Amino acid sequence: MDELLREFLTETNESLDVADAELVKFEREPNNANILNNIFRLVHTIKGTCGFIGLPRLATLAHAAETLMDKFRQGVPVTPEAVSLVLQTIDRIKEILAKLEASGGTEPEGSDADLIALLEAMANAETAEAAEPQVTVGELVPQVLERPLLPGEVPLDELERMFRETEVEIETPKPARGKGRKSTSTAAPDEPAARTQAPSAPAAAEPQKPAEPDAPKAAGNEASAAAAANNVSNQSIRVNLDVLENLMTMVSELVLTRNQLMEIARRQEDSDFKVSLQRLSTVTAELQEGVMRTRMQPIGHAWQKLPRIVRDLAQDLGKQIELEMAGADTELDRQVLDLIKDPLTHMVRNSADHGLESAAERRAAGKPEKGTIRLSAFHEGGHIIIEIADDGRGLNTDRIRAKAAEKNLASEAELAKMPDSQIHRFVFHAGFSTADKVTNVSGRGVGMDVVRSNIELIGGNVDVRSADGKGSTFVIKIPLTLAIVPALIVEVARERLAIPQLAVVELVRIQPGSEHRIERIKEAPVLRLRDKLLPVVHLGRLLGHASEQEESTVEDGFIAVMQVGNRTFGVIVDAVFHTEEIVVKPMSSMLRHIGMFSGSTILGDGTVIMIVDPNGVAQAAATTIESTASQAASETAALPGDAEAKVSMLVFRAGSQEPKAVPLSLVTRLEEFEVDKVELSGGRPILHYRGDLIPLVYADERMTPRAEGTQPMLIFSDNGHTMGLVVDEIVDFVEEPLNIELPCETPGMLGSAVLAGKATEVLDIAYFLSIAFGERLGKMEGHHAGRVLFVDANPFYRNMVQPMLRGAGYDVHACASQEEALSLLGSGLRFDMIMADIDQAGPDGRSFAEAVRDLPDIGDVTLMAVTGASLPSNSERSRMTGFDRCLGKLDRAGLIAALRECNTSYGEAA
Amino acid sequence: MSKSNETSGKPATENQFVTVHIGGQLFGLPIAAVHEVFVPEQVTRVPLAPPEVEGVLNLRGRIVTTIDLHRLLGLPAVSEGHKMAVGIEYKSESYGLLIDEVGEVLAIDAATREPCPPNLDPRWAEMVEGVHRISGELLLVLDVEAVLAGITTRLAA
Repeated sequence: MDELLREFLTETNESLDVADAELVKFEREPNNANILNNIFRLVHTIKGTCGFIGLPRLATLAHAAETLMDKFRQGVPVTPEAVSLVLQTIDRIKEILAKLEASGGTEPEGSDADLIALLEAMANAETAEAAEPQVTVGELVPQVLERPLLPGEVPLDELERMFRETEVEIETPKPARGKGRKSTSTAAPDEPAARTQAPSAPAAAEPQKPAEPDAPKAAGNEASAAAAANNVSNQSIRVNLDVLENLMTMVSELVLTRNQLMEIARRQEDSDFKVSLQRLSTVTAELQEGVMRTRMQPIGHAWQKLPRIVRDLAQDLGKQIELEMAGADTELDRQVLDLIKDPLTHMVRNSADHGLESAAERRAAGKPEKGTIRLSAFHEGGHIIIEIADDGRGLNTDRIRAKAAEKNLASEAELAKMPDSQIHRFVFHAGFSTADKVTNVSGRGVGMDVVRSNIELIGGNVDVRSADGKGSTFVIKIPLTLAIVPALIVEVARERLAIPQLAVVELVRIQPGSEHRIERIKEAPVLRLRDKLLPVVHLGRLLGHASEQEESTVEDGFIAVMQVGNRTFGVIVDAVFHTEEIVVKPMSSMLRHIGMFSGSTILGDGTVIMIVDPNGVAQAAATTIESTASQAASETAALPGDAEAKVSMLVFRAGSQEPKAVPLSLVTRLEEFEVDKVELSGGRPILHYRGDLIPLVYADERMTPRAEGTQPMLIFSDNGHTMGLVVDEIVDFVEEPLNIELPCETPGMLGSAVLAGKATEVLDIAYFLSIAFGERLGKMEGHHAGRVLFVDANPFYRNMVQPMLRGAGYDVHACASQEEALSLLGSGLRFDMIMADIDQAGPDGRSFAEAVRDLPDIGDVTLMAVTGASLPSNSERSRMTGFDRCLGKLDRAGLIAALRECNTSYGEAA
Repeated sequence: MSKSNETSGKPATENQFVTVHIGGQLFGLPIAAVHEVFVPEQVTRVPLAPPEVEGVLNLRGRIVTTIDLHRLLGLPAVSEGHKMAVGIEYKSESYGLLIDEVGEVLAIDAATREPCPPNLDPRWAEMVEGVHRISGELLLVLDVEAVLAGITTRLAA
């Protein structure tokens, strides 16, 4: 492609964008000859250049558009149809230009006869129509207002007034922006450009002729203003981006050298070059700033297309929309500008479609029919803030709340407590759209979350403010530039890395004995940080460094808590140095496949370090965490069915140094509470917890309540009863076969078992529940939901499951062996359900089931097999032949659900 | 490198090479491909990078990716680090090929180039364009583009 053509393409594309915006403006202010002249000039230039370069197709098309526009210049009324047609033409021209660029200079085949015919027809029709009002000026007014005006249409009387004002204005110039004056005054400087298409129609020429001699002053002023504007545009030149990039590189290198020189000068006491060096330093800083500025562009460039989009939308949706733009000259980095164009467009579309009501609704709400979308931009401390505000109906808080509940984004209770502003933020969740119908504009629910992730990708954030009936405002905050980012310099495996600071929420120091330690659930390391468990990954491991030190021994180091999207996780690093503003440099294509890095940078001392990509780390972290989980799952699945099933136990300390444990599945939650929040009721400690009063029970009577600070507790919930078991310290989670080796008689203690190689006391939760809810649990037994026979040789399970089922309202009878159960049943006792453990030795499941079924008048009792393993394996399945279902013993929710199900089926059968 | 004056006036059929030693073998790099020769300092290793990539370094404000030719050619690694690097540009990115030693600039008659012997290690054959016999030694002509393209295609595969 030759240089000339390339230049033509860039320039024409820019002109077309301007023409686009101007046309929309023109449609609103059809009597503003200034705008019209502008558009006319643009189209004319395109036509001229096309003819010159030898692009006949473009030239013909541009000519047809020009002809129609010339009619407007002659005073023909401007209709939305005509403007749409011209816009369509501009689109076609763009299309041809795109193909032209792709093909490298050959005009694409094709015919524009359709458009040209339309344009010509419109031009001729307009002339015919317009001829009449020109003759009968003044008598036209009453004829027109028969139907409501379309958005953007101009009432004829206004046009009329324009004509009249044009003449009147000349004698009495108004202080207000007289439209007639404008049209006449700008005609003079525009003359040369428009000369080829000199207006000949009398309608346009007549008001101009008397104007010129009468308003020489105004014309002169405007002319000089126009000349000044022209000069500004002449003073800018096009520079290839590579040249700028290169300049940037050289400047950063200069800065480095300067820094090294300064370091040398510091070491020498009184050197002669100190003063010169100082000057060099200042100049360097200024140079750097100057070069940075060359990358900046006004945000208006990203807004250029919006007026057109809003106009088209207004027509599609049958709404009246005014687009206001403020702060279009706010500058930001060109790269950022490109990246926010699409999100901005999307949000403006959203405001037009969902935000603004229809004219009728607005009237009913007592608002002006014309809705307003206001775009504004301003700088705020290294960031640029862009606001997209509409004066529409505002976000529908109730509907978002309902939708959030439906999508399970939060529990009903949480939603009820959330402030509206927080509810509103749900619109940024994936797949979240409350639009009832999907229009071609929006409503597919794939919008706002994409907007959010795009903005977050460049280190920005987006928020929303909304007032019911008053409108909503989306606020985008983005960094001015991506080329320079503040970063945290860290060390991993003796290598320095930069982590963009925007992704780092906080830094946590981990030390032996300090409050923050890395704990692990199964293999996965976690960090407990203010009541939250954060998954933790070792950056060194993600980066493929052989774990020189086992992760479990990481006791001294730092965790950078990072937030990417809605994921928060901790990243272990060996050391944290400082923060630094780094210049981001792209990576070589040979390294670009490494998702872990987003680029590299040169530090002050001249070394190159890699920049960690938070998104990449988040992804890698997610897969590591998942694979640990799936590994855990497969391990459980691989358990031999007949060997002792593994049980997850929560190990803690209370009262004494010996570890104590409870099955993890019984624990609803782990919490810490502040000891001064504990109140006494009837001499027993209670705590206000999540809107409820819960009794607190100390896990060991030797424990002395702490005087201050916080204390951990385990929350047990049982059929609406919640209690807190206070402990001294949560130690670990272990998953091991549970063998209670030393049963003991101490109340509250089931016995001792070896867990993680240590003798551990296993607590009887039933005992503690009975302390907390003694009477109430007793009462529950009165109206039992059913009679259950529980058969298990293990006292631990008998003691564990019994209170669990009792709590749920069942009358439970436990026996230690199948023989005992059979003799019970033989003695005539009847149950609704029989649960038998199939892990234990003794007659196999089938024979037990058969024995039960063989009993006389046993009725249709439900036989359930229970197992200690959470997932019944195949061998277990085979052994449970004869049983109605198989369930995990400690799967409380599953057990109770199964029991309920049986109950209802009984009800139906009866 | 501005050594063109040395060879001005020579017939056009001669090719100019910058000779380098890698693991005892003499290689020639087409002079047009060679931007500069420098001593690599402060090389930063890049975790997860392909094994051929030694690391990145700062060369007057540009970030240069350095390629370990020893590893690429399957030669034993040198213990005390590389002494020299040849700076080249590939697809408008800067690379440094790590070598042991830079020799001189040689002008060799293009007609004396012989094809690679068929029994040459296939890995070498990919990167070597041909062989010149010069004063009792064999000079392998290194195809710089092929060297870098090889790494990229292996990555893509």
